[in-house]
Amino acid sequence: MSRRALSKKRELSDEEAKELVAERRGYVWGLLAALVLTLIPFGLVAYAEIEPLTLYGSIAACAIVQIVVHFRFFLHITLARNKREDLQLILFTLLILTIMGGGTLWILFNLYYRMMPGMIP
Amino acid sequence: MSGDLPDFIFGKLDWDTLPFWDALKDPTTFKIINAVISGGAGALVVLGALGVVILVTWLGKWKYLWSEWLTSPDHKKIGIMFIVIAIVMLARAVIEAVFMRAQQAVGLDGGFLSPEHFGEFFTTHGTIMIFFMAMPFLTGIINYVMPLQIGARDLSFPVMNQISLGLTAAGAAIVMISLVFTPFSTGGWSGYPPYTERAYNPGPGVDYWIWAVTLSTLSSTLTGINFAVTIYKKRAPGMKLFRMPLFTWTALTTAILMIFGMPPLTVATALLALDRYLDFHMFTSDLGGNMMNYVNLFWAFGHPEVYILILPPFGIFSEIFSTFSGKRIFGYPVLVVATICISILSFIVWLHHFFTMGQDAAVNAAFGIATMLIGIPTGVKVYDWMLTMYRGRVRLSVPMIYAIGFIMLFVLGGLTGIILATPSVDYQVHNSLFLIAHFHNMLIPGLLFGMLSATNFWFPKALGFRLEERWGRRAAYSWIVGFMLAFFPLYVLGVLGMPRRSLTFFEPAYLPWTLIAGFGALVILFAMLCLLIQLWVSIRDRHQNMMTAGDPWDGRSLEWSTSSPPPEYNFPVIPEVHSRDAYMSEKEQGKAHQVPDEFPDIVMPANSAMGVIIAVTGSAMAFGLTWYIWWLVILAGVVTLVAVIARGFVRKTTRVISSDEVRRTHLAWLECVRKTTPVDRSKEQSPENQGLPVPPVNGAVQ
Amino acid sequence: MTRTAMRHPGLNLGPAHADAEDTREEMIFGFWVFMMSDFVIFGLLFATYVVMLGGTAGGPGPHELFEMKSVFIETLILLTSSFTFGMASLALKYREDTKPLVIWLIVTLLLGVAFIAYELKDFHTMFGKGGVPSRSGFISAFFSLVPLHGLHVLAACIWLIALLGQIAVHGLDSFVKTGLLRLAILWHFLDIVWICIFSLVYLGGLT
Repeated sequence: MSRRALSKKRELSDEEAKELVAERRGYVWGLLAALVLTLIPFGLVAYAEIEPLTLYGSIAACAIVQIVVHFRFFLHITLARNKREDLQLILFTLLILTIMGGGTLWILFNLYYRMMPGMIP
Repeated sequence: MSGDLPDFIFGKLDWDTLPFWDALKDPTTFKIINAVISGGAGALVVLGALGVVILVTWLGKWKYLWSEWLTSPDHKKIGIMFIVIAIVMLARAVIEAVFMRAQQAVGLDGGFLSPEHFGEFFTTHGTIMIFFMAMPFLTGIINYVMPLQIGARDLSFPVMNQISLGLTAAGAAIVMISLVFTPFSTGGWSGYPPYTERAYNPGPGVDYWIWAVTLSTLSSTLTGINFAVTIYKKRAPGMKLFRMPLFTWTALTTAILMIFGMPPLTVATALLALDRYLDFHMFTSDLGGNMMNYVNLFWAFGHPEVYILILPPFGIFSEIFSTFSGKRIFGYPVLVVATICISILSFIVWLHHFFTMGQDAAVNAAFGIATMLIGIPTGVKVYDWMLTMYRGRVRLSVPMIYAIGFIMLFVLGGLTGIILATPSVDYQVHNSLFLIAHFHNMLIPGLLFGMLSATNFWFPKALGFRLEERWGRRAAYSWIVGFMLAFFPLYVLGVLGMPRRSLTFFEPAYLPWTLIAGFGALVILFAMLCLLIQLWVSIRDRHQNMMTAGDPWDGRSLEWSTSSPPPEYNFPVIPEVHSRDAYMSEKEQGKAHQVPDEFPDIVMPANSAMGVIIAVTGSAMAFGLTWYIWWLVILAGVVTLVAVIARGFVRKTTRVISSDEVRRTHLAWLECVRKTTPVDRSKEQSPENQGLPVPPVNGAVQ
Repeated sequence: MTRTAMRHPGLNLGPAHADAEDTREEMIFGFWVFMMSDFVIFGLLFATYVVMLGGTAGGPGPHELFEMKSVFIETLILLTSSFTFGMASLALKYREDTKPLVIWLIVTLLLGVAFIAYELKDFHTMFGKGGVPSRSGFISAFFSLVPLHGLHVLAACIWLIALLGQIAVHGLDSFVKTGLLRLAILWHFLDIVWICIFSLVYLGGLT
């Protein structure tokens, strides 16, 4: 590849110009959604007087939605058919994580309740 | 102040680290015996390294070694180098095993080894056998064979492949160096804290272990990524997933297990290192540490690891049963599904390594049942292999002897595994020699026989001549008999209550069994000797066992369609695949050895020194960390960083092999094939077999 | 979008950059696989962190150690940097000249460095309050998880500088393009890990 980069702007075809607008809009939407989903849990923790369990639930829900937002708008993971292979990769990783992480919590908290009550937070 | 500079330069290294120093200061008979053993081992390492240097210099082969091997990105050469590392380490670990058996054979009320020495023996034996024998061996074989089987020219990331080799070599080097600057860890291959914490084990041993294992883990993670991407993206046209040879299938599942199974070990050893170096409290017994989490993390790696080790041999044996029975593999789809099931199940059974930790019965039951479930797909496989042999023309050549030994012994080991999977029984025999017998029963007939039969099977492909059969048989039978003698008594000892890792014992009833096991270890040593003689005799007589035509066993998959050894680019033209057993169907249709219409220019990866650099900096960094030589650590880190960044600036990463050269090489080989006399299977093991089988349609299967 | 334009997840450069896409598609897939392996490492450290929550050993806990304000600022910095990297990706895809690309990349780099600086300041404050890893298992778990993310950001920054150097030396060739695509994946991925960190470690701890 050479440095043919003297022209200021590549001539975009109509299709490409449309794509550019659409993609930029995607990033902006992603940013806005992520901002909102960040502000909600921070606001709840700082100002809201609700019981901890609900609070944990809302933080977790916001986090999960925000992760999906990031995957969709920043990493461009969609349900499109030709990207299934990679979606499967991510879902498989989630499965492994659930097994290993969930298993760790299950095993060790079970152990704590029986043998090491001092370690229960 | 006078001690500051040497401390800065040498860290914690001093004369005491030499293996014989202690005995020099305080020469008792007991210490002298131990010093002779460990000093002899250290001397062997130094002399061995010197010997290699002198030999290469004497032969004037440094340039050849550098440009043809060390910097070569060729997957075949990297594979062979992995296997060489594995065999060297195998030899060391077998000798250590013999020492341990000898100790226990005379261990009634004593023995000749000191507790620390014995502890080092079982730690290095386990660490080497898993991380520096088994992993490099199977990585090497997959490296060599898998791209050939899927019709690719190389792996997806050849330079990363070099780096994997470099990391493994660095780890192996660290384990070897620990024989000179002693001691190695005494914490077992699993390194459980709090025993391995700084408070109880302040010496360098555990640090050696941590960094050696970490290097190996990084290597395997990268290797896994490399293999998986290669199999996903580089298959020849028409090679659909369900047309891949079974060995490639197992390579794919193993790669996936490496990618997802190695991280827990990385986490466990890294956290242990933080505990030891930066005074963290992850696994300490005080201040809120939780050592049980280490056990949990370690086995979350450890169980997928077991299947990383056993799945490739399953693939190898599938190929061997089918080839040497002259039949298509029975139940291909079922075998694939069984492979996938095993690899998924391997992630949900890790707790069976610590049933006795203190969790409640429900947890144990869940993991116990999951463990037993693995028996089902494995059993399916065993039946498929037997049905492959059924009504086949079985040829008892060396790989097949290993395979039959495997199938019988492995089923026995599997049955004892089902016993151990029952938590209530496990409470009785856990941590006893019963467990040792069980996992050796899986790993020796499974993994090691798999690797040895693969070596016998693919050696002619890699080197161009067959391995000698007579000594091969002797080795195979000695391995089988030696294994049975060495490990079946351990089942008895385990049930009698003898704990694993026992230095000595006071129960006379154990003695006959430890003596038998000790004798078995000698038979295994003889088997190792047979392997060496086999190699020597094969090289000596290589001219009468030449195999240039490339297909000595009437093979079924694509690797047999090339010359032996294959050219750097594997295939002059990427083959098109129309069915399973791609090469066999070519032969059946008479389409083998055709002249392609045109030859393309071939783009291959260029040589690179990255692997060597990483090997040097990796071992330097590990050594520096172990001995607290911080300048070395920083230097190695900076060099690594600079090398990696500089590599990003390199643009000339490929070289082109001209179509003329490809044509010339290929036509010359075809000419050679044309001159070769085809042989039928009855002459497979005779010198007449030059790698060209009689076409199958003419009844080659006698 | 055409089919060839969407061959792997993450940003696809599209047909205008076919040279980069065709020859090095495997690299991006391989990098995704690597990211997933890394993801498992983080996942296990998160699980370990939760398991160690009770191991404060009488030392300071989350309420004494964490400050919401600086975490909020760090979150915003990282989120913005993800967006600016997105803009850099668009400049890479649709502009021929390197100038807007380089500007966006430098903005991203500065945000990355600012994040690291803020995080270091945070750790410093924690140390001042007695929150050192040698104090308790809980603090050890914190310092094995959060700084690892910081180290990843640092590595990403170094990589970014190296890529800027490659742009200066070689221009925008296919090597740089695939490098930027992979770095983009890493950068966005680190933001996702940070979501888990601020939700679970900080907000969860301060609840």
